[in-house]
Amino acid sequence: MDTAATPHANYLTDGYGLKSWLLTKDHKRIGLLYLISVSAFFVLGAVFAGLIRLELMTPAGDLVESDVYNKIFTMHGVIMVFFFLIPAIPAVLGNFLVPLMIGAKDLAFPRLNLLSWYVYTIGGVFTLWALVNGGVDTGWTFYTPYSSAFSNSNVALVVVGIFINGFSSILTGLNFIVTIHKMRAPGMTWFRLPLFIWAHYATALIMVLGTPVIAITLVMVAAERLLHFGIFDPTLGGDPVLFQHLFWFYSHPAVYIMILPAMGVMSELVAAFSRKRIFGYEVVAFSSLAIAVVGFLVWGHHMFVSSQSVYAAMAFSLLSFLVAIPSAIKVFNWSATLFKGSISFDSPMVYVFGFIGLFLIGGLTGLFLAALAVDVHVHDTYFVVAHFHYIMVGGTIMMYLGGLHYWWPKIFGKLYHEGLARVSAVVIFIGFNLTFFPQFIVGYLGMPRRYHAYPPEFQLWNILSSAGAVMLAVGYAMPTFYLLYSLVKGKPAPANPWGAKGLEWETPSPPPTHNFDTTPVVTEPPYNYAK
Amino acid sequence: MAGAHATQHPKLQHHFDNLDQQFEASALGMWLFLVTEILFFGGLFLAYLVYRIAYPEAFAEASHELDVVLGGVNTAVLIGSSLTMAMAVWSAQLGKRSGQMLFLALTIGLGLVFLGIKAVEYSHKFEHGLVPGPNFRFESARNPVPAQLFFSLYFVMTGIHALHMIVGIGIMTVLFVMAFKGRFTRAYHTPVEVSGLYWHFVDIVWIFLFPLLYLIDRHGPVGH
Repeated sequence: MDTAATPHANYLTDGYGLKSWLLTKDHKRIGLLYLISVSAFFVLGAVFAGLIRLELMTPAGDLVESDVYNKIFTMHGVIMVFFFLIPAIPAVLGNFLVPLMIGAKDLAFPRLNLLSWYVYTIGGVFTLWALVNGGVDTGWTFYTPYSSAFSNSNVALVVVGIFINGFSSILTGLNFIVTIHKMRAPGMTWFRLPLFIWAHYATALIMVLGTPVIAITLVMVAAERLLHFGIFDPTLGGDPVLFQHLFWFYSHPAVYIMILPAMGVMSELVAAFSRKRIFGYEVVAFSSLAIAVVGFLVWGHHMFVSSQSVYAAMAFSLLSFLVAIPSAIKVFNWSATLFKGSISFDSPMVYVFGFIGLFLIGGLTGLFLAALAVDVHVHDTYFVVAHFHYIMVGGTIMMYLGGLHYWWPKIFGKLYHEGLARVSAVVIFIGFNLTFFPQFIVGYLGMPRRYHAYPPEFQLWNILSSAGAVMLAVGYAMPTFYLLYSLVKGKPAPANPWGAKGLEWETPSPPPTHNFDTTPVVTEPPYNYAK
Repeated sequence: MAGAHATQHPKLQHHFDNLDQQFEASALGMWLFLVTEILFFGGLFLAYLVYRIAYPEAFAEASHELDVVLGGVNTAVLIGSSLTMAMAVWSAQLGKRSGQMLFLALTIGLGLVFLGIKAVEYSHKFEHGLVPGPNFRFESARNPVPAQLFFSLYFVMTGIHALHMIVGIGIMTVLFVMAFKGRFTRAYHTPVEVSGLYWHFVDIVWIFLFPLLYLIDRHGPVGH
């Protein structure tokens, strides 16, 4: 409470014991708890990715049995989707920045915020328990009737883990929406909000509207496995395709939970390093909402070959094309912002250019997949795998790292090695393309997903991909080291090292516990750079 | 907005400017939570819709196995509990401690009556072999397979509803203790208001469940 009296105190020095972290209600500390947790899950998920690429070095299934391979790619998917990609940007950067950016002292419900981290952790423990207990082999999609009637692995445990974890998403989304509605500083009108906030608002809507549906779907799967209730079981009159509808009603919008916050980070970074107002602010803001809304209407494009009616498939195909429009608007507006800007190539900006390149490829190949006839050809091939990795890894992780580099001085009050940071961004960009571009080719040639063996003519592409994965691992390891090193030896960061606009830069680095010594009053539009 | 006196209220959390803002945030948070609940139950209602359209006769036949009298009494009990809940909120707004305690106690009591009747119904289903699974027996049915599907949905839907009732009764018990300690005043009664929203929501879910599950084709020729 008396941070104003002691100007050097900040949220990191406000208590050192373990208890002061595990019982904290400070959104900044909770953001750091999430940072540690999601990083741990990222490493675990990456180990499974490494095992996949190792197995696929040779055409024969010689490293692991097919059963084990099923478990490896399932655990990779489950961990990366539910425990890394979905929480990564909102729960770490969003948690830290949403109150700072709107000039609030904290999120509206600090206790629920802390609860969300515990819920996430408990869900993670269930999933790890299943892993230690022998893993799960259904694929991250848990398609029935395989998951409900046939699989002998720990489906119920993982389903319970993801069910629990979902509530952390719901709580985070609910907290963001209420905070953005009710806690804005004086003068912070809706159209003065940073686009990071608009993106998180749209993300929060999806979290709140979508997550309960996957929750009840998983309850039905669990009831089927444990209590023999046959809601999706064809032998009991149930319909397995209903599961797919319910599953994708959440899990397609979940992709937008991953990419929308990344787009929010993009808007901040592009403006800051071009020293320009974002081009078409309102349009970029509303395109986030448009993605959230239209994103709920496209789930059927996952089911073009699942006995869905042809007319439904045509409607879903058209709607899937539509969702590309707001995404394209964003890319055009970022590019227009760069035009005649005073561009500087600081490390976050290198990540920005990486994002544009990868998101462009990921987004355009999405159009291939939205086209009915093409999708029938490449369905369940590596083409699909490459497409969604370009969005989820190329898009989300590029901006997760870009944002982490941009706000690192704010979060920890330390400067990292800028040269190494730029090199790491370039290594990741090249390594990523080397890993996943060959998968487009080999997928188009007909290599299916989820097999541990493949015909020998595909080996060259797979070796290229595995080599890229090694490079990618190096690229991801580099920031781990120089960022951690900066905590020990880094130079202290000033309040605004980039000369950027935004309330978060008007408070000291690291910020005091209550964020602002006096409540800020906003008098100017966002991104009010000279140009 | 509220004046300087509000900033000194002991219930004002540090990150809010005043009690009005704090109340608005809590109320919006509860409404959003109820939206998530609608989507949560929505998945079940969708499954119900799909299978009722697929197997109308089996659903009607299975529905006739449910006890309309007990279900109807329970509907009345829950609507009554919504009234007592509204009275509890009203007492809290006026800062009347005895009223809060009386109406919260009545709400808890009616909730327990509902759960008791539900337990009686469940035990009848167990006795008659109407619980889905290996022991399911519905020999008189013309469509035993989809009938089992009906009972799967019946148990999942009413079971999850009952779970919400149990949580609600837990919340009401906490509120009762807080009311007993005189925590709710004219200026601050946010927990009673937002918990009331939750209680009414759980009632409304039942208002949908009752006709969908108990009243299929009651006027028609099927069965009786």
